[in-house]
Amino acid sequence: MMLISCPFCGPRAHVEFTYERPVEAVVPAGAQEDEAIGLLYQRTNPRGVSRELWRHTHGCRAWLAVERDTFTHAVSAVAPWSGR
Amino acid sequence: MTSAFGTTYGGDIDRSRAIAFTFDGKTFHGRSGDTLAAALMADDVRLLGRGFKYHRPRGLLGAGVEEPNALVGVGVGGRFEPNTRATDVFLYEGLTAVSQNRWPSLAFDLGALNQAIARFIPAGFYYKTFFGGGTWKRVEPFIRAAAGLGRPPTAGDTDTFLHRAAFCDVLVVGSGPAGLAAADAAARAGARVFLVEQDALAGGALLRDPAEIDGFPGEQWAADVGGRVRSGGGRVLTRTTASGFHDHGLVALIQRHAEPGEPPPPGFPAQTRWALRARRVVLAQGSIERPLLFSGNDRPGVMLASAARTYAQRFRARPGRRAVIAGCDDHVYLTASSLAAAGVEIAAIVDSRDTGDQRDAQRAFPIHRGSQIVSTVGGRALRAAVIATPAGELRIACDLIAMSGGQTPVVHLHMQAGGGLAWDASAGAFTPIGPRQNQDSAGAGAGRHGLAVALADGWRAGGDAVEALGLAKAGGAPPAGRSDRPAPAAAGSPPGLHASANAKTAFVDFQNDVTAADIDLAWREGYRSVEHLKRYTTLGMATDQGKTSNLVGMTRMAEAQSRTPPDVGLTTFRPPYTPVTLGALAGLAVGDHVAPRRRLPLHDAHLAENAFWQPSGYWSRPRSYRQAGEDHAKAALREARAVRLAVGMVDVSTLAKFDVSGPDAGQFLELICATSVARLKVGRGRYTVMLREDGVVADDGTVWRLGKNRFLMTSSTGGAEVMAHRLSYARHVLAPALRVTITPLQEAWAAIALAGPLARSLMTEIAEGIEPPPHMSSAAAAIAGERVLILGASYSGERAFEVYVSSFAAAPVWSALLAGCRARGGGPYGLDAMDLLRIEKGHVVVGAEIDGRVSPHDLGMATLLRANGFIGYGALQRPDFRRLDRLRLVGLEGVEGALPEGAMLTDRPGARPSGHVTSAGVRTLCDGAIGLGLLHGGLDRRGEIIEVTSPTRGLRGRVRVVEPLFHDPEGDRYRD
Repeated sequence: MMLISCPFCGPRAHVEFTYERPVEAVVPAGAQEDEAIGLLYQRTNPRGVSRELWRHTHGCRAWLAVERDTFTHAVSAVAPWSGR
Repeated sequence: MTSAFGTTYGGDIDRSRAIAFTFDGKTFHGRSGDTLAAALMADDVRLLGRGFKYHRPRGLLGAGVEEPNALVGVGVGGRFEPNTRATDVFLYEGLTAVSQNRWPSLAFDLGALNQAIARFIPAGFYYKTFFGGGTWKRVEPFIRAAAGLGRPPTAGDTDTFLHRAAFCDVLVVGSGPAGLAAADAAARAGARVFLVEQDALAGGALLRDPAEIDGFPGEQWAADVGGRVRSGGGRVLTRTTASGFHDHGLVALIQRHAEPGEPPPPGFPAQTRWALRARRVVLAQGSIERPLLFSGNDRPGVMLASAARTYAQRFRARPGRRAVIAGCDDHVYLTASSLAAAGVEIAAIVDSRDTGDQRDAQRAFPIHRGSQIVSTVGGRALRAAVIATPAGELRIACDLIAMSGGQTPVVHLHMQAGGGLAWDASAGAFTPIGPRQNQDSAGAGAGRHGLAVALADGWRAGGDAVEALGLAKAGGAPPAGRSDRPAPAAAGSPPGLHASANAKTAFVDFQNDVTAADIDLAWREGYRSVEHLKRYTTLGMATDQGKTSNLVGMTRMAEAQSRTPPDVGLTTFRPPYTPVTLGALAGLAVGDHVAPRRRLPLHDAHLAENAFWQPSGYWSRPRSYRQAGEDHAKAALREARAVRLAVGMVDVSTLAKFDVSGPDAGQFLELICATSVARLKVGRGRYTVMLREDGVVADDGTVWRLGKNRFLMTSSTGGAEVMAHRLSYARHVLAPALRVTITPLQEAWAAIALAGPLARSLMTEIAEGIEPPPHMSSAAAAIAGERVLILGASYSGERAFEVYVSSFAAAPVWSALLAGCRARGGGPYGLDAMDLLRIEKGHVVVGAEIDGRVSPHDLGMATLLRANGFIGYGALQRPDFRRLDRLRLVGLEGVEGALPEGAMLTDRPGARPSGHVTSAGVRTLCDGAIGLGLLHGGLDRRGEIIEVTSPTRGLRGRVRVVEPLFHDPEGDRYRD
């Protein structure tokens, strides 16, 4: 079970958090057909560092930008979400 | 008492206490500290099990968790535990053990007839022979009964299991010389250390190959190290297995407080599962010896050399009278001196190397260099070994073969944590490299063998661990070990199967009865990948997960391919290291504690009305209020008719409810809802659907404007948590600039729906200070003195209100409404009646019609949609969403036969399904089955009569496709 260091709560087990999606797959409000379909279905699926949106649902409920290596599961950065 | 094979001296066994136990119904006596296997060996019981497939007689191969043969069922009733290794159960008074996979008895097993046909049932036999033509279905039960392991217990588990979480600086797994030295180095440096050992005693190899450490006997040194660990705030946990190494330093520990089948001490659980988060981990799990390949290497009396030493030295149970010791490295000489000291006659040392240990002490034993065992002679017991020497074949009488095919470092945890392996050709073994996490390996588990080497390596690893934590290393030299037995130095690679041996009785995997011939066959049949080999032959797949067999099998496969084992590769090391009982994983989450129970604010009020409960997510909701002589269907119909004819009330407190407030609240809701809501007038509300980003309908509900900057949004019960997440995502990620606050009210507010032609008169009577709000309007009022919000909303198709009130003030409001209903000939209704009413009105529901695949168009809601700007708008523009042959909502009217929910819709009998029934019910005021369904072509097929089929329930009928609206199509009944 991964440890994610919430900038507000400190290191917590990942079951406290909800994974949302890769940052690159955020569909902006008002996205038209091609843009929405591209972001939803044509993702890069990296083997390596992935920048992701998580929410500390069972903690402070903050939205967080998490940098996680999809191969090693190493978490290299956690910061409050402040937009792309 | 001294039994035939129990030697008369010392060891760490408390000789003063005899313990009675039974094996297959016969009573034996062992000593405390004995394993079941050691006690049976001391009593000269050699036959402990039968092979998985050929039912060949089997005895002990190992002395610890690696044991593949001696699987027994232990305990009685709810404490029965099948597939327990006899080598991994310590004696306790009253222990009851039974052998497995034999019928009618261990000594006389009819399944052993399989031996006669062994050459006809090689790897893959069952699949090749019985698949196709439906034969497998008929023969499978017999094959499963004949092959196999223990039977599961039939009684419920009577014990409790606990979960604990803990943290430490350094976790040391394994308490052999390397682990103890690592723990000592870390504890002396001031680290908080967890030292875990799966055995009942610390010491590891010191228990079988005793030595002095720093001038103390090994066991005393181990105790001193344990004391230093504890005084540093750490813990020493014996009978505790590190079963899995997960992400970020999380190691799962399974701690036994009682032996399998044994009642735990008063106040204790049977086991504790620790979730231990360690800053550094030192893996010192030692190594497991490999068997040698020769014909009949599974005969009782053939065992690993390390196991023979363990029985002789630690348990004082002589593993045989006359031994042949065979191997590929210096362990044969250590074994010879150890067994000789225990009174075993050494008939021969068979060393596969041309040169070996030349020390004088070994000259006492007959040594055959450049030799190997070819086969064994005997029946249920070993009588002789046939060996091939440079001078020809020899037959040597013996009742024990102690074999050493090299040492396999235990790298399971290292690999689970993402580490890599290097191939050590000289040792014929993989050793750990490239740790990915905060881990290190030491001692024999790292391929570094020998007492002095292990002590130094453990000391180094412990020091490295504390240094990585920013502590200063402990001063001083590593512990110094001294033993009067010859220390194995050089490694050796095992000889392959001798040319004149029979590969069909040379076992690689003892637990699954996989022979060298099976591996060869798999190769010939084209299985190249090691993962395919494993699944085809079942090599390494049983409860021991190939601890003794995997590398032997890979080596055999590599030989067949003229490749090296690293080119062949290894299968994945998955947790758990040893079998874990399911209770330990469940912990206290059993029975009533599997899931939380959510209690309605009006729970007691429903109890007073004799509600029959129905689980709804974590909630329990009234299904109906059955009266004497009623079944659910009758009760639901009575309750629904009361709504149609008078007035009824239903608890809808579980609805998801959100207060959405702020200057931009309307703009925010337009993002969430696909319908127009921002221009609602204060005091008005409307129905809405919410889409997923892919354009599919996610949920539905209502939006009410309660003030200029304040809205109330409701959505379905089951989607409450998901909706809360979606709202938060939209608020913080999609539209962070909007000035809006979202407050979930699901549990804060109770809600009661009041419906029926008499609902308005009732509301007029009891709502203080207002006229009842019209349909789709809201009003604040008081009922029974409590502040309430009244919405003119209808789910039933009748004039109706939803009354929202603080959960803490719900009871008096319920009572007042109930009295009013009763006075008008109505009463409460449950989920079943609610379902009947909404089907008749054609209202869709999440989970039935809203099934995660339908678009708003499919539900006939295209006219509700705004032009753009809502979540899901972009993806919804895909042309396929508007195809008319999609599954679209229809009403279904029974013509004849059954109309069951979930049934297929077909155009004619036997045709491919063209849709399905999503909801089914009956008309409330006259006879007739009705339902809702999703049908290719939807209402374009209005008026057609089609088939309904439910093969699984044996039901069929015919229905007419109609508008999904069976009641009050004009909506007249909403009007006052």
